[in-house]
Amino acid sequence: MKSTLFNMVAVLFTITLIASAGVGAVNMLTEDAIAEAKALATKEAVANVLPAFDSNEQSEQTIDDMPIVVYKAVKGSDVVGYAVESMTKNGFGGVIRMMVGFSPEGEILNVNVLEQAETPGLGTKMCDEGNALLASIKGKNSGDVEFKVKKDGGELDALTAATISSRAYYDAVARAREAYWVACGGKAAADGVSGATSTNGGSDAQKGGQNE
Amino acid sequence: MELSYFAIIIGAIFVNNVVLAQFLGICPFLGVSSKVETSMGMGAAVTFVMALTAIVAWAIQTYILVPLHIEYMQTIVFILVIAALVQMVEIILKKVSPSLYQALGIFLPLITTNCAVLGVAILMIQKEFNLLQSFAYSVSTALGFAIALVIFAGIRERLELDGVPAALKGIPIALITAAILAMAFMGFSGLV
Amino acid sequence: MPRKEAKMNKMQIVLSGILKNNPTFVLVLGMCPTLGTTTSAINGMGMGVATMAVLIMSNLVISLIKNFIPDKVRIPAYIVVIASFVTIIQMLMQAYVPSLYAALGVFIPLIVVNCIILGRAEAFASKNGPIDSILDGVGIGLGFTLALTAIGAVREVLGSGAIFGYSLGIAEYMPLVFVLAPGAFLVLGYMMVLFNKLAKK
Repeated sequence: MKSTLFNMVAVLFTITLIASAGVGAVNMLTEDAIAEAKALATKEAVANVLPAFDSNEQSEQTIDDMPIVVYKAVKGSDVVGYAVESMTKNGFGGVIRMMVGFSPEGEILNVNVLEQAETPGLGTKMCDEGNALLASIKGKNSGDVEFKVKKDGGELDALTAATISSRAYYDAVARAREAYWVACGGKAAADGVSGATSTNGGSDAQKGGQNE
Repeated sequence: MELSYFAIIIGAIFVNNVVLAQFLGICPFLGVSSKVETSMGMGAAVTFVMALTAIVAWAIQTYILVPLHIEYMQTIVFILVIAALVQMVEIILKKVSPSLYQALGIFLPLITTNCAVLGVAILMIQKEFNLLQSFAYSVSTALGFAIALVIFAGIRERLELDGVPAALKGIPIALITAAILAMAFMGFSGLV
Repeated sequence: MPRKEAKMNKMQIVLSGILKNNPTFVLVLGMCPTLGTTTSAINGMGMGVATMAVLIMSNLVISLIKNFIPDKVRIPAYIVVIASFVTIIQMLMQAYVPSLYAALGVFIPLIVVNCIILGRAEAFASKNGPIDSILDGVGIGLGFTLALTAIGAVREVLGSGAIFGYSLGIAEYMPLVFVLAPGAFLVLGYMMVLFNKLAKK
């Protein structure tokens, strides 16, 4: 077909209009399904980091400008644990999202990485079962842990050749702990120890920054 | 605490090299990289377009797509923006600096379908970078692309003269060379 | 008789996409997803099928509207059509196969700039009827899917000692490098040699 200014503009405009209408329609059709798939993934992640529960109560917080969601799990009339959906922007590939499970006593039950874009084969090991990062905090009382890798003078293991990813991982866990403390009514209620641990959480982040 | 600029830049140039680790922009990498000179031209053109794209794409995402809740139109809008930008750069360059146009001109149309450009635009939004970070990220990614392209062209210029087995000639030997280069770049992962 | 010949022709369109014009091993197009998503057989197959879906749809639509598009805006018009189908596939995958969508990541939106799709629109769909264009999409799409699945399978076996996710129990003896970047280039290079050797015979 020969090109004139009129038919070029008209055809492109029509195609764009039909295309966006089509995409918009599919968006409306899939919007619910996408939300459902996301909700299901969250539900599975919560179940993965906590013992069995009947229902959970959701609350949101903002820590360091990042939205953190806390799921308080209840079985019968007892609170069986808190799952915290935490995140960090310090990963090697940017954002890392994870679900961290805490027992009512403050023990770190499990961590489930939901989203990451770390270097395949190095940083991505944080998703594997029983990886060095999870192994060095799982089962510990969160109040006793200083979230700092050995390279920064802490006691926690890092992944081989993925120090930034490891720091980011602990940064997100530390943020989850903060949210957990807020949710269960202050860290005093969680571990009965005062002051010290909270300042530790803050100084970690600073140390991490200097070492980069 | 934000990811430091140092980590973004070193990461994008060396550790997560766009071609050798993220597999974006492979077509020009295999197609254009038989001479050092042309690959430098391509590298410069890509750097220029990527830097522009980063700024425009970031602004569109932040001020148009997010407020209107049409983030799902991202792919369509970004590819059109890149196509339009490339056209515009071509026209402006032709008028303003004919000599630069002569050097870069032939590479510009190829850039629209260079997936590294669209890839970077999508990735920087995904990583939730701010404007300055996005700019740093896209420029250093483009530099990483240029470095990989030039190194690779240097190797291929020498390979021309070597006795490569007939079955491996052309693309296969280029891929195997790229494998060795990628292995060398993996050494950078201890850097940060 | 003529009917039979026509049928052969249709068959040939599909077969040529798989063998003679295999997009990966012969045309060497769409290398980015080929290298980037083939860390396992399933991922390679998912990428191949997603690309095939977009290719078939865009081939069909472009062959239908080709007579209404002015020559000068041909490419932008094709890009809009392709980008729309990519976005639709992206949303469908996000809704119904979220884990595969997460594994393929940025390479799903990048189907837009996959040279195979624009290339087939230019070289085939803009010159042929809708039925032939669909068949071309099926052939090229299958060729791409088979190639990606094969590369993914080889890398998965060599790198993580598994196939389609089923562990072969030999994971600890396998060199991880095949799942990493260098392995992608290496496996693709040698498989291309193998394919060309076999195709010549």
